[in-house]
Amino acid sequence: MKSKILLLLLIPVILLASCAKKAEPKAMAKAFTVGLVTDVGGIDDKSFNQGTWEGVKAFADEMKLSVDKDVKYLQSTAEADYLPNLSAFADQKMDLIVAPGFLFNNAMLEAATKYPNQKFLIIDSVVADKDGKNIANVANAVFAANEGSFLAGAAAGLKAKADGKKVVGYVGGMEFPLIQSFQAGFEQGVAAVFPECKILVDYVGNFTDAGKGQALAAKQFGAGAYVIFQVAGGAGNGVIKEAKERQAKADVRWAIGVDKDQYNDGVFADGKSAVLTSMMKRVDNAAKDVATLAMNGKFPGGTVTVYSLANNGVGLPATNPNLSDDIVKQVQGYADQIKAGTLKVAEMPTKK
Amino acid sequence: MANKRNAVLVPLIAILGGFVLGALVVLGTGRDPLVMFSAMFQASTGINPATGGYNPRLVGEFLVQVMPIMLTGLSVAFAFRSGLFNIGAEGQLIAGSTASIGVALFVHAPPGLHQLLILLAGMAAGGLWGALPGWLKARFNVHEVVVTIMMNYVAFYLNNWMVLKVYGTIDGIKTVKFPESAVLRDSFLSSITNGSQFHWGFVPVLLAVAVSWFLVEKTTFGFGLRAVGFNKEGARYAGMKVEASIVWSMAIAGAFAGLAGSIITIGTFSFGRVLPGMEGYGMDGIAVALVGANTAVGVFLAAILFGALKAAQTIMQVNSIPKEIASIIQASIVLFIAMKLGIDYLLARLSRKAERADGEGSKP
Repeated sequence: MKSKILLLLLIPVILLASCAKKAEPKAMAKAFTVGLVTDVGGIDDKSFNQGTWEGVKAFADEMKLSVDKDVKYLQSTAEADYLPNLSAFADQKMDLIVAPGFLFNNAMLEAATKYPNQKFLIIDSVVADKDGKNIANVANAVFAANEGSFLAGAAAGLKAKADGKKVVGYVGGMEFPLIQSFQAGFEQGVAAVFPECKILVDYVGNFTDAGKGQALAAKQFGAGAYVIFQVAGGAGNGVIKEAKERQAKADVRWAIGVDKDQYNDGVFADGKSAVLTSMMKRVDNAAKDVATLAMNGKFPGGTVTVYSLANNGVGLPATNPNLSDDIVKQVQGYADQIKAGTLKVAEMPTKK
Repeated sequence: MANKRNAVLVPLIAILGGFVLGALVVLGTGRDPLVMFSAMFQASTGINPATGGYNPRLVGEFLVQVMPIMLTGLSVAFAFRSGLFNIGAEGQLIAGSTASIGVALFVHAPPGLHQLLILLAGMAAGGLWGALPGWLKARFNVHEVVVTIMMNYVAFYLNNWMVLKVYGTIDGIKTVKFPESAVLRDSFLSSITNGSQFHWGFVPVLLAVAVSWFLVEKTTFGFGLRAVGFNKEGARYAGMKVEASIVWSMAIAGAFAGLAGSIITIGTFSFGRVLPGMEGYGMDGIAVALVGANTAVGVFLAAILFGALKAAQTIMQVNSIPKEIASIIQASIVLFIAMKLGIDYLLARLSRKAERADGEGSKP
């Protein structure tokens, strides 16, 4: 009986021993490698992690790199994994290590200091040391959210005007500069096309409370808002839900999505969606762009690259089934002006 | 005799079963299970079996993974010895963390004393968070499972509210950095582990294991707790204070989890955090306690195993094996442990057969 159990226990030992023998020779011609570390949201979060990974994959496709071998991702289970995961890729000497979002600021600062020869990219944030200086081996990609929001505002204003309504709304997550720049662009966009239109502004206070997001949307819709631009992450889903529920009851109200094309989130009946359009942050374009630069030896380390309308960093979706051709054309006109630099969009809302 | 042997054998067989199942899943997804085993080996020893390279950073990160789940494991195991199922280690951990942030930011003390105060504050807060469900159980017979689960959420949201509104954040998700006197990480430990997050938290963790073992196995107090666990009414009949035992048991269990919160806050991190979600240390603790058969020594070993599995996730992913495989292994180990009765039965049959064979062999 004892011998049988011993035999059972021996199996892992044998397995280990045999794998030690099988030291594979590594392929020598080294391809360009990119590693993405996700935050706790995971690779399929339908948001930043997923978007960035899509950009990295698009880069791999274009450069004929192998997904899984040359470009890969590490998912984090807890915040305590961020630094070890960044370090693991650095130990692997990946050519570029990417992490999305400002949650990574601290971990990336530490990793970049520890591995000064390693190239890092942070998406939608800026990594700086305690004196506020940028780090030489970290590229920072940020987005001109105010420009894209201007277009969202123009679309909302034109839609309200076309349908004879006089109020639109804005629901933000938390009131700090990054989110306020959406508000600034939106307000300016509405004012440009429909100066008499009233704009309601509310902040949820977080990015997670969908219930409160919906309550604020109900309040604004109740006060006559026709279109609401939500910049509140998970809480913003409540805004879309409220618009959806009202549309289903033939009370026509619209929501504008954020970060990615949220058209599908607003679908309520026979394929109709309550999402008017979306202000997209093209994290995929940013990731792909910086990876391409790094591959060509032009890694923008230590600098902050702004992804704006001009370089396809922000913008409305290519197709907007809920906007008339006329509105789309007018919005495109504003986009061209902003790209050309003849129209400037404010970064902070004007105080009232 | 057979029982004692099975107490060691059953977990071993369960662990083996978990690994075999994990290997089968890897095989089923068309990858090489040897890569997985080598990743686990590398994650816990720092040695890369393929290249022979050694990276002490991995050992450091491995130990960082072990520390909190060893404490939450102790927490669950300790409560279980007096018949209580502590699902609330997660919340007690968060409560400990919240209190630690406060002491780290707003109390000024010399290094050494400051860290000690922080750890004590974490243990006190965690203890309180555990004692409340204990008291509700003892006084009103409210089931501790329900209360502790709910208190997890209370702790979670209370932490985020405290950090946002009371302590104040610099960017909406974290507080300013703690002063040097408040952290457990230092350049010495970092340098010997090639810049890992390894920190002095391992000292209180080891002390906690020793204290837990001593309390449960060697003191009259611990005997009382165990007696309550075996048979509450029997213990009451024998003149033991059952209600007090329950409250104390949960308080001490909570203190272990609270300590885990402290060492994560001032060890792994050096700033207070708004939590994006529960981080699962409490759930890992339940698994660790189960596999460790609710003894201090068992928890010590099981935490090392589960820590290795957690640490292996990174290396596995680097080698293109999904990290979920490690979770599958963890879960199946727990599952196999839960099949203890079946394994006991199989072992008994095996040994009966062996005896019979022996008996026949010796006859002539």
